[in-house]
Amino acid sequence: MAERTATIQSAHGLHARPAALFVQAVNDSGIAVTIEKDGREFPAGSILGVISLAINQGDQVIIRGEGDGVDAVLDSLVVFLETDHDAA
Amino acid sequence: MQERVLTGVGVGRGIVVGDVRRMPDPLPEPAQVNSTLGPDAELARATSALGETAQDLRDRGAIAGGLAKEVLDALAMMADDQMLQSDVKNRIDRGATAERAVFDAFAGFAEILTMAGGYMAERAGDLGDVANRVIAKIMGVPAPGVPQSSVPFILVARDLAPADTALLDFDIVQALITTDGGPTSHTAILAREKGLPAIVGAKSAEVLVDGDLVLVDAAAGEVILHPSAVRIQAGLAEAEARKAARDSATGPGRLADGHEVQLLANVGSAKSASAAVEADAEGVGLFRTEFLFLDSDTAPTVDEQAEQYESVFVQFPGKKVVVRVLDAGADKPLSFLTDDGEENPALGRRGIRALFAHEDVLRDQLTAIARAASKTQAHVWVMAPMIANAEETAKFVALCAELDIAVAGAMIEIPSAALLANHILDEAAFVSIGTNDLTQYTVAADRLLGTVADLQDAWNPAVLKLIHEVGLAGQASGKPVGVCGEAAADPQLAVVLIGLGVTSLSMSPVALGDVRAELSRYTLAEARELAQRVLKTRNAADARAAAASR
Repeated sequence: MAERTATIQSAHGLHARPAALFVQAVNDSGIAVTIEKDGREFPAGSILGVISLAINQGDQVIIRGEGDGVDAVLDSLVVFLETDHDAA
Repeated sequence: MQERVLTGVGVGRGIVVGDVRRMPDPLPEPAQVNSTLGPDAELARATSALGETAQDLRDRGAIAGGLAKEVLDALAMMADDQMLQSDVKNRIDRGATAERAVFDAFAGFAEILTMAGGYMAERAGDLGDVANRVIAKIMGVPAPGVPQSSVPFILVARDLAPADTALLDFDIVQALITTDGGPTSHTAILAREKGLPAIVGAKSAEVLVDGDLVLVDAAAGEVILHPSAVRIQAGLAEAEARKAARDSATGPGRLADGHEVQLLANVGSAKSASAAVEADAEGVGLFRTEFLFLDSDTAPTVDEQAEQYESVFVQFPGKKVVVRVLDAGADKPLSFLTDDGEENPALGRRGIRALFAHEDVLRDQLTAIARAASKTQAHVWVMAPMIANAEETAKFVALCAELDIAVAGAMIEIPSAALLANHILDEAAFVSIGTNDLTQYTVAADRLLGTVADLQDAWNPAVLKLIHEVGLAGQASGKPVGVCGEAAADPQLAVVLIGLGVTSLSMSPVALGDVRAELSRYTLAEARELAQRVLKTRNAADARAAAASR
């Protein structure tokens, strides 16, 4: 089990569009990843799970996964989470 | 019948008259009865309806393209969601019907989002929309959505779901009115993107029923129910005049008496600079440089920056390009500049404050700008965001001078800077007013928060008084005063700004035509008189009304 901590950068947090892009990236990776905020943990491949966590800008989340290539996948997800996707 | 005025937040400038068609009421809540089909059959019904709904949404997205595709794809993901599907299965295993299981599962998630408040709560509507589509499919009834009609109509809805707005037929739907939702709702965003007049958050529009004749004036944020013949005639004439004026107005900005008002474009990349050139802009009044820095952990090198700046400057030979140095913080945090853990980042170390704290980043950027400028014919000016006082201005101007940038100015976004603009103009070569932040700081209302959107109005006479202070300081010093916020793109407000002493306006290129046309209808004396009238009003609504009753 590998894990990473990331701080959300998108101005509106992880809502519809950035959340969708994130979940897409998780599902495309083929790895079962979970996302945890404040002790609540959900499948990161679930858009409803991700938005239910009400992740706002500046929040810290922990992502975990297991399997071949998990480190590269988690690293790229951290980069995604730490990018501001709402910047105009 | 008596005219009645229903007000909301207007999107766009259009005036249209037409008949109301309401979105059908939501589907009735599925009955809470035990399944007679058994779990296997119920699960099959639910699963295929969820899958078909996801596919429908994706197909509609593929047709719509662009921003709409992203929104629809996100909705499709909700129908396909693994947590939702296992929740539905659990409910069916406990005896629920497919309809009820889907209804309860979506409602559960919607409640979580609603409780989260703010932006998350606005997403709850998306969920209800997807649920209705799935349930309609299970029940074999038509999906709720935009009424089908071959006759043009004005669509009234509680809050249009993204799936509805995405495929609107613009030959048929003349305008949108929503009773819920604010200026940050999908309805407002998509209406803006498609150029469709809309009034959002018009609570009193609840009274509208199918067949009501209404006049929608997006610029005024008004729906007139049962408009009189005189009102309709005047409205349509005004719409016609606006269009004719916009189509015929070209070239540099001029008032009716020939007084020059530079009309500039806001650009954020080399690509958007091309749109500015096409829209006949006289230059660039706000070149946002954040695009170079976002998505990166460190600032780009001087060489990388210089190359990007040059690609914009080169498109404006002999014209002005005002570059805003990096405006990080608040809604645009950058990892290498922004302090973590500020309780209140809008009032934190953002803009020039962050750059002074990381002077190497500022020096690199100014060096890159100076180098790019020296290679092109553009007249490059540089300005600092979030200037609070004359001392910061002097420090910035001195740094620019040291790095070979001759024309350095200050943005006026903080009330203190507006009130002390005369001292700031002792130091700066020019000032440019950022009305979005100036409004946010004047009324103490977060510019991105829907719940306080009604306070976020640049027509607020308090904001206009601050702008007037800046205008007076500009006149006294003989130095340029620009406006580069949303306010400059509101044609009527643009006239008021000129009357307050503003000398140039910068806006998104699509807005230039309307503003150019409106300015040409007023002399400088008339604009000043209008501004004086507006300054005496009590609130934004009165200010708009005063400006409209020319």
